[in-house]
Amino acid sequence: MKIMQGQGVSKGIEHGTIYFYHRCAAKVEKRTGAHRQEEEARLERAKERSARQLGEMAEKARAEAGDEAAVLFETHAMFLEDEDYLAAMDELLEQGFNAEYAVQQAGEKFASMLASMEDSYMQARAADVRDVTGRILNNLMGVVEGGIHADGPVILAAEDLAPSETIQLDKSKILAIATQKGSGNSHTAILARTMGIPAVCGLGEEFNEDFHGRQAYIVGETGQVILEPDGEMLASLEARRAKQEETRELMRTMVGQEDVTLDGKQVHVYCNIGSPEDVASVLANDGQGIGLFRSEFLYLAAQDYPTEEEQFRAYKEVAAAMQGKRVIIRTLDIGADKQVDYFHLHKEENPAMGVRAIRICLNRPQVFRTQLRALYRASAYGKVAIMFPMIASVWEVKECRRACQRVMDELTAEGIPFNPDTELGIMIETPAAVLIADELAQLVDFFSVGTNDLTQYTLACDRQCNDLGKFFDPHHPALLRALKMTADAAHQAGIWVGICGELAADLSLLPTFLAMGIDELSVTPTAVLPLRAAIRKSIAKTCTLERLNS
Amino acid sequence: MKQFSYVIQDPLGIHARPAGALGKAAKPFAGTVISVAKGDKSAKVTQLMKLMGLGVKAGDTVTVTAEGPDEQAAAAAMEQFFKENL
Repeated sequence: MKIMQGQGVSKGIEHGTIYFYHRCAAKVEKRTGAHRQEEEARLERAKERSARQLGEMAEKARAEAGDEAAVLFETHAMFLEDEDYLAAMDELLEQGFNAEYAVQQAGEKFASMLASMEDSYMQARAADVRDVTGRILNNLMGVVEGGIHADGPVILAAEDLAPSETIQLDKSKILAIATQKGSGNSHTAILARTMGIPAVCGLGEEFNEDFHGRQAYIVGETGQVILEPDGEMLASLEARRAKQEETRELMRTMVGQEDVTLDGKQVHVYCNIGSPEDVASVLANDGQGIGLFRSEFLYLAAQDYPTEEEQFRAYKEVAAAMQGKRVIIRTLDIGADKQVDYFHLHKEENPAMGVRAIRICLNRPQVFRTQLRALYRASAYGKVAIMFPMIASVWEVKECRRACQRVMDELTAEGIPFNPDTELGIMIETPAAVLIADELAQLVDFFSVGTNDLTQYTLACDRQCNDLGKFFDPHHPALLRALKMTADAAHQAGIWVGICGELAADLSLLPTFLAMGIDELSVTPTAVLPLRAAIRKSIAKTCTLERLNS
Repeated sequence: MKQFSYVIQDPLGIHARPAGALGKAAKPFAGTVISVAKGDKSAKVTQLMKLMGLGVKAGDTVTVTAEGPDEQAAAAAMEQFFKENL
């Protein structure tokens, strides 16, 4: 068995033959005394051809990997018009050098300028400048780029791959990508991720052409290339591959399907996310909305209170990306296990029952106001809904509603657009909220049950305590009855009810949820399609509430 | 000459994509020189690599200057662009 360790930059596992890709890099000659006008005309033609190729590649990338990938080639096309880059070439032509040498030198000058910057993102951009430079050179010298000359799909191996090479290669022939150099910031890594091809970069010199033609496993999650795995390793690799195949099969058959049971009961399958970056995963897994957008990331990542503008941008980005699908954003939920220094919260003996979540917001109206303003401003850009956590009393909800009204009045007076019909909901995660759910339902547009906290408070089991084992039972009939009471109260009042805790993805409870008439289940993005498959096989009418009894 | 200052909000700063988009947004004002300055360094929007080379990050204040026949409209368009994209 041989394991080579690199950096996993795109997830997935594949098995196949390693194919070393060769770039037809022609050698650049340095000549002096060249004819200025002739060289200039040659360079002009090469640039025009390059621009046309980049335009075509942008279209190809747009079709295969989306706008994000296309912009990369459009940016390359803009490099072609960079004033300094062109001036550097012109200067060398003026000195009598040939066009090839001028292009190569100019490219190297700017690539090394970027490579010497401190920021790793900018360093990776040096590869983009070299890519563009290589393109002009190929066009100057009439070099045709190399392809994959293999019968079946292969593991594409190379010293490094330029983004333009990655997009041009025939995808049906690439199982996975493995390179000696490169990093997670390289555009090749970004392209591999958007196209769903497993990739490992930075394997070093150990990974060389001697491996051409060998069989290997590529594991994107761990960044490993594995040859001749032993029995135990082989079994684990094959098990992962089978699981991956299952997921791909779900992708093929379930994306674009409705979340509806055989007898026509619709359940909305939404996603839980923790930052705007997670939206890509929601879209890839065909989530029909966002059932829980935790706003904590804005506070946890910062050194000081995030401004209204920062928050607005994050909420707006998600709302716009979801294109009219519902985005439920939960207001600040810190305290308990999530601590933020600059809030200067008092140390508590029992923080799970301390000043946390909505209690902080109601105690600090300025913090609450800033977030509500950002949320309402974002409501003009998509279907935003606002959700308040840790509600235990009617007065709390009334106070939240008053705070919302004040913010709406302010925005109206300032002439800032917002949606006055923004849905307001609460999380049901305290036993108190379950017991007065009928009253709470009169005040809001929806309920969403947070099963993790509701389990902890109902069973008096600390979720942070690892020793509770069998005592911490989220399937406890008490919890399921609490869910049923919540659902009944919601439906009596004509509002909808969802579940956004971990239990929502528990397929063994799906029949119970269907029997209760739960309207929405919000799960981690990768759980959407398995849940959809299960819903589409269910018959809601025949589901029973037997699990509610011990 | 028209000028405005702006505090960069985008967590990545002026990276390749917005730098490219900025160049595109400035195209209609070809006769007007538009530049971005951070501290004592500055780059024109037509100098894409130099612009990235400024290393502008989230929280940095940049000064954007437009000078030429269309400076009024160019500055307004740039201000809009920065607010929406950076």
